[in-house]
Amino acid sequence: MLHSLAYIPGFALAGFVIVLLVGSRLGDPKAGWVATLAIAGSFVCSVLTFSGLMGRTSTGRSYVETLFTWIPVGSLHVTVSLLADPLSITMALFVTGVSTLIHLYAIGYMKRDRDFSKFFLYFNLFVFSMLMLVLSDNFVLTFLGWEGVGACSYFLISYFFERPSAATAGKFAFIVNRIGDFGFLMAMFLLFDHTRTLSYQGVFSKTAPPSCPSGPGGTLGHCVAQLSSGTLEAVCLLLFLGAVGKSAQLPLSLWLADAMEGPTPVSALIHAATMVTAGVYLMARVSPLLHLAPVASWVIAIVGVTTAFVAATIGTSQDDIKKVLAYSTVSQLGYMMLGVGSGAYVAAIFLMVTHAFYKALLFLGSGSVIHAMGDEQDIKKMGGLRRYMPITSVTFIIGWLSIAGVPPFSGFWSKGDVLDGAYTKSPILWAVGAVTAILTAYYMGREVYLVFFGEPRFKEVALNHGGDASTGHGHGGEPHEPTWHMWVPLVVLAFLAVVAGLLNLPFTSGLGYLEHWLTPVFGTTHLALSTSAKWLLAGSDAVLALAGVAIAWSIWRRAWDRPELEPNFLRSSWGLYKVYEYLVSKPAQAFANFAQATVETRIIDGTVNATGGLVAWTGLRLRKLQSGYVRNYALAIALGMAGVLIYLVVRAG
Amino acid sequence: MSTPISSYSSTFGFPILTVLVLLPAIAGAVVAVLPKRFGSVARSIAMSTSLGTLGLAVAMLVSFKSNTPGYQFFAKHLWVANFGISWELGVDGISLFLVVLTALVFPIVIGGSGVSTPEGLKSYMSWMLLLEGACMGCFLSLDIFVFFLFFEATLVPAYFLISRWGTGRRAFAATKFFLYTFLGSVFFFVAILIVAFDAKASTGHLSFDLITLSSGHFLSSGAAKWLFLAFTLAFAVKAPIFPFHTWSPDAYSSAPAGGSVVLAGVMAKLGTYGIIRFDLSLFPQAASVLAPLLLTLGVSGILYGAIVAAVQKDLKKVVAYSSLSHIGFIIMGLFAMSPQGLDGAVLQMINHGIIVAGLFLLIAMIARRRGTWNLTELSGLQKAAPVLAGVFTLVMLASVGLPGLNGFIGEFLILLGTFITHRWWAVVAGGGVILSVVYMLWAYQQAFHSKPQGDNAKVSDMALKEKLVMAPLIILIVFIGIYPKPILDRVTPTVNSLVHQVRTASHQPSEESR
Repeated sequence: MLHSLAYIPGFALAGFVIVLLVGSRLGDPKAGWVATLAIAGSFVCSVLTFSGLMGRTSTGRSYVETLFTWIPVGSLHVTVSLLADPLSITMALFVTGVSTLIHLYAIGYMKRDRDFSKFFLYFNLFVFSMLMLVLSDNFVLTFLGWEGVGACSYFLISYFFERPSAATAGKFAFIVNRIGDFGFLMAMFLLFDHTRTLSYQGVFSKTAPPSCPSGPGGTLGHCVAQLSSGTLEAVCLLLFLGAVGKSAQLPLSLWLADAMEGPTPVSALIHAATMVTAGVYLMARVSPLLHLAPVASWVIAIVGVTTAFVAATIGTSQDDIKKVLAYSTVSQLGYMMLGVGSGAYVAAIFLMVTHAFYKALLFLGSGSVIHAMGDEQDIKKMGGLRRYMPITSVTFIIGWLSIAGVPPFSGFWSKGDVLDGAYTKSPILWAVGAVTAILTAYYMGREVYLVFFGEPRFKEVALNHGGDASTGHGHGGEPHEPTWHMWVPLVVLAFLAVVAGLLNLPFTSGLGYLEHWLTPVFGTTHLALSTSAKWLLAGSDAVLALAGVAIAWSIWRRAWDRPELEPNFLRSSWGLYKVYEYLVSKPAQAFANFAQATVETRIIDGTVNATGGLVAWTGLRLRKLQSGYVRNYALAIALGMAGVLIYLVVRAG
Repeated sequence: MSTPISSYSSTFGFPILTVLVLLPAIAGAVVAVLPKRFGSVARSIAMSTSLGTLGLAVAMLVSFKSNTPGYQFFAKHLWVANFGISWELGVDGISLFLVVLTALVFPIVIGGSGVSTPEGLKSYMSWMLLLEGACMGCFLSLDIFVFFLFFEATLVPAYFLISRWGTGRRAFAATKFFLYTFLGSVFFFVAILIVAFDAKASTGHLSFDLITLSSGHFLSSGAAKWLFLAFTLAFAVKAPIFPFHTWSPDAYSSAPAGGSVVLAGVMAKLGTYGIIRFDLSLFPQAASVLAPLLLTLGVSGILYGAIVAAVQKDLKKVVAYSSLSHIGFIIMGLFAMSPQGLDGAVLQMINHGIIVAGLFLLIAMIARRRGTWNLTELSGLQKAAPVLAGVFTLVMLASVGLPGLNGFIGEFLILLGTFITHRWWAVVAGGGVILSVVYMLWAYQQAFHSKPQGDNAKVSDMALKEKLVMAPLIILIVFIGIYPKPILDRVTPTVNSLVHQVRTASHQPSEESR
């Protein structure tokens, strides 16, 4: 169908440019509509490209479109090229689809915001960067998108820049991401050093031994350039460092919780559905390398499952409606990494897509609640909202059941696939993942009960009117449903959260659409599991999910304050903030102060000043002699030079 | 080896290179002798002269052929035959963009200058034009003696610009700058004479001609090492390279806005350009042998500059130390001895000039509104001046190397080019990529974020004239970030032959594929 890939990011870029040039003149809500339509255009182009790929045979579903040469120096030849293959188009589809819905939602949510058009400016730039990230055919262009989404994330987290906590959170996110980016850069250099290319296909062609022709000949260089297993492990671990930063894996997870300072549509789009999954996407993209790097795979699986578990425990004890969701996102990203590390790439992508639906839904639902509560985010001060907000409540509960993994909601199928993959890697990985699954159902249940069930507690605390300049939502009376801009996306996402499991049902191989679709990218990944084992695992998944739901129900149905179940250790995120403070920021500060006060002032500058006696010299003499020696010197040089020049000219003549 | 000169500069029917040097210099002399009350006339002359110079530089840029090594513009007139001194100017892919950068920065500085009194204005414009002429002379001279004259000549206008129109401890800063850089050049001068007499010993003629000297390699390797160090010391102070930098935070901070822009944007490049043009051409073997030393200084500068920048209270000093960090990247690229590293270094000289000019101009705009650039007195500027904040953000992101903006291309090439030849230096330098966002975002947060206190709430946003001053820099930041190919295609051939020359001289295997 539509051949040119450039239209997909092109629409988002066009939206950005229009809003940049005339956004403030368009104002609220027209600027928002321009931005939303631009992303809808990107979505339509993605669908057309998708149907074009569907029309091909499964082996021919990949092509590269080169737009122009970007960085050509010697053997380094980086192009701006886009790659259409099942993986990149899957990403483009859900990114643009979810983005369109969240853009629409934001028109309602950001209403009357002072910087309405600027919000959509950043939002469109974000989607453009995200699309470059997923559609790039080489590491460097992916890195452009990778840092671009990071910059947009920085802008949007510090969107309410007058709040010092928001400004600090934005900065924190950028810095932590840069730590990861260091790994990404080094991985690229290492790859280039060994393969002299940075395109995905170019690099992958140097890893597969069968492509190496036997015997002498002109292509021998091809074999010499094979990547050794040590190099492969190093490359994968360095890329994973990038992914740890971007996808908020331990120990670099906290920035994502702080990122909740941004407006809620930002949390939904960037810090749940799309950007934070970029790390998972990157690792899936380099699966041909990862496949040959067993150590790195183990590291990824262990970090992933640990992150999933730790973040889930923290999620059980948070009181901020968005912080619960933030730690939940960290936890779910951990699951995705567990899938990648276990070699279950399809499962990881499946979870990524379904998670995008239900987590975007949960965040947008929380935004709807926050709006209705006059910017209150403490779930302890809510309660009973289901009577006032039926659409928000029902859709939020669907999101809960989905993330909890209750059948037949989508999360059951996708998380189940990841856990199956983990089980084939190691039953211990599965066990930790299973415990996390109970916790997931539990902490989300706690949030649902505290927000939507029980007696309303907000009447006691009085609605906080327009407390935040963000929404400027000053209304009186009871909480109510938001405008249609906001509830339509909730309904659509809820529908998707229910049915997305259909993408990849396990019963017969014919129903594994996603599996088939992604086979050209990941190869056939047959799990070494018997059918009975699969059923057993699926059954236990369902039981675990229901157990978590039941525990949450029995505890939080009536109670709303159980401090013994919310220990300080978990409330304070396992003390990780303290670890950062004492291990990184304080020593760094002390070191920088030492560098300034001692090395710079005393040693480097002190030596210079002492050598020239400069301080005394300027201090004493310059004050006395108005003109100063140096001025005379300077003039002497000027005159002397003029003299030399005149002399030379005369001599030359 | 074929002649490095690919064509004679008769393209325009007149001696364009000589005019590039003399036009601003003569205009500067004319302005100097104008009566004192002709301040606004002086400004008009300065503006039209610098724009004319820019026009010539652009004309040269347009007719410069890509994918062609060597000096595409060249002029040589024997000057003092007995001494072997000649008026020899040339432009190749390396100097081309530095000439264009110089020609671009001066009209921006002259147009954006905030000097008000007519008397001051006249002398200010005169010194600026003389400085432009001297900088042009440095980037164009292929005669080491003439280069040295121009190199020292830049000190005089710079000294007066700082001491007369500066702020704070300007006398101290100007003196320190002058003495430090002047003393750095003493050994340089002696070394130049040794080189010239060495040529006489082997050829019978004194020669200061770079092309003759670099094709001969008359020097013994022991002497070459010392001469290399003497040359490099002068360049290291000028650039400045860690640990020879302490004049620069004082000078950048005390200089008037235009002075800081020129010092950091253009004059710093005299040092790095001197290294690539003279050190690498004249002493390729010594440069190779001593590369680890210079790489280490470069990497130290990257990290040290970034760390010290993070604790400054003076926004101009933040930029001064960030500049030290960026110069460290350039030095690393120069001594990586790979096409990517050297290409990146040349590109980063241009990028750094654009970015640091932009940052100092923006700080001047803040200072004009608030009377200070001390971070403790600034807050929440983004609220009242969102456009200023947006432009600052863009330049800041270019400075930290965000892909899509110009800083990234240079940094990426330098790091990659260093990684493939001196891996561990590049790995350590990569830490600078993390640190740069620490100090930059911190400084931005201090000045632009949180609630505006006091007068910070009442600042005006960017005026049209200020937008016009920033526009060319912004366009270049974005353009080079997205499409650096036209520049790289003009730089790479010259860089390739230089790398080849260095590798041949030091008997390293030449890998054309790199």
